[in-house]
Amino acid sequence: MEKKKKSLLQTIPGWAWVLISLAAAILLWFALSINPKTARSFPFIPAIFEAVKKMMDNGALVQDFCSSMISILAGFALGFVTAVPVAFLMAWYLPVRGVLEPWIQFIRNIPPLAYVPLVVITAGVGRKPQIIVIWIATFLIMTVTIYQGVRNIDNTLVKAAKVLGAKDRDIFIKVIFPATTPFILTAVRLGISVALTTLIAAETTGATAGLGMRIRSLANSFETAGMLMYIIIIGIIGLVMEKIIKFLEGRLTGWQEKRE
Amino acid sequence: MAGKERVTKLKIDNVKKVYSTRNGEMTALNGVNLDIKENEFICVVGPSGCGKSTLLNIIAGLDTPSSGAVYIDDRKIEGTGTERGVVFQQYALFPWLTVLKNVMFGLKLQGKSDAEAKEIAMKYIKMVQLEDFVNHYPKELSGGMKQRVAIARAYAVKPEVLLMDEPFGALDAQTRTQLQTELLKTWESERKTCFFITHDVDEAIILAQRVIIMSARPGRIKEIVDIDIPYPRDQETKMSPRFMELKNHIWSQVYQEYLEVRK
Repeated sequence: MEKKKKSLLQTIPGWAWVLISLAAAILLWFALSINPKTARSFPFIPAIFEAVKKMMDNGALVQDFCSSMISILAGFALGFVTAVPVAFLMAWYLPVRGVLEPWIQFIRNIPPLAYVPLVVITAGVGRKPQIIVIWIATFLIMTVTIYQGVRNIDNTLVKAAKVLGAKDRDIFIKVIFPATTPFILTAVRLGISVALTTLIAAETTGATAGLGMRIRSLANSFETAGMLMYIIIIGIIGLVMEKIIKFLEGRLTGWQEKRE
Repeated sequence: MAGKERVTKLKIDNVKKVYSTRNGEMTALNGVNLDIKENEFICVVGPSGCGKSTLLNIIAGLDTPSSGAVYIDDRKIEGTGTERGVVFQQYALFPWLTVLKNVMFGLKLQGKSDAEAKEIAMKYIKMVQLEDFVNHYPKELSGGMKQRVAIARAYAVKPEVLLMDEPFGALDAQTRTQLQTELLKTWESERKTCFFITHDVDEAIILAQRVIIMSARPGRIKEIVDIDIPYPRDQETKMSPRFMELKNHIWSQVYQEYLEVRK
């Protein structure tokens, strides 16, 4: 049915839709920028370029970007290397699961912004509390995701490996590990996304630079063009990270059955 | 028959299996005794839940009996071993490995070099006629092709006994018929002891030298039927009067057990 009656809309390729979407967004943006009620929050493109130029000239943009990336990557890396072993231990040992799972479920639903002050009181201000907050948030989401993955491994694959002569070590390296890879990548994707969304909360800890910190400091002087620019940059970082992970997924888990 | 002087390959000795469930104990198997000869083709039929799969798992070493034991060449079975290959209904191919790598899996575990493992794997991939698909992933194969890979993988490690748990159960009728014919051919050339579970009476008769009918829970052997139709058999065999006779008999026995279960 669909094949025969291919309407004009269906012949538009994917990349063209991206362009159309982008054009529509700019149009909407323009509309918001000329509407007197919203104009102050949505300065249009020329104002944004001006802001970019200004922040580049005084070096703040590069400094903020680097600072935030260091916090995100360090927090995420710590989250990852702790989440993987904890998730496996939870999947395999009932006492570990019994004790840790309720903790994780409890803390997971608390917005990081709520416990940031507590972290600051112990860890002080600066880089350390930022990394700790991102670590906690990414650790929680990644542990849950990887744990679910390990638990969902098809047991017949383990049986099949056993009857072919696999010992426990072989089963771990040749079955459990590859079978978990898709879930680990999903965890990485969610972890990065959580790291970004937690960044703003993390940078309320008396940071001296950073994308989130700068948005708040620009807000104090009502520099909306600068704020909007930083918001867009955070969005772009998220998009680029997403693409990198998609690429990795294609490379590492292309064997997966796609459920569409 | 010529089978008289053959030696016993597998001896199932008074096997009992009890599971403890939330509602108390459940006896899956009770007093199962069976001698399977070398190179014999055995099919097991019975209603769902009669413990067929449990018995296969015990022989494979994936499960342990509550009492009794299984012996292979007079050696008591403890745990899995590569002299016993298994083909599962759900194919159980490793989705992250290509056809070739799947078949090489067991060979590599035996410490064979890549080249040697590949050579052996290719031989069995040719046997199941998938040489054009060596570099495909399981997701790119049909159900019948997947099960062929699983059969090749099981054969590649040269087991003495092949255990098959409703291997064709999930396939369409045509593919199933085709794989039955291929399996018979392979069995006639490679001559392995086969223990094949099915719920399809036609399939049991076309393949087996003896059909084991199992009773409803607790599973025990109800009757052993000698299939005195000479090999080579093919799909034409299904038209013969003797086939119909055996089919009617086995079917009525299985159906009785099925009614037992429903009670």
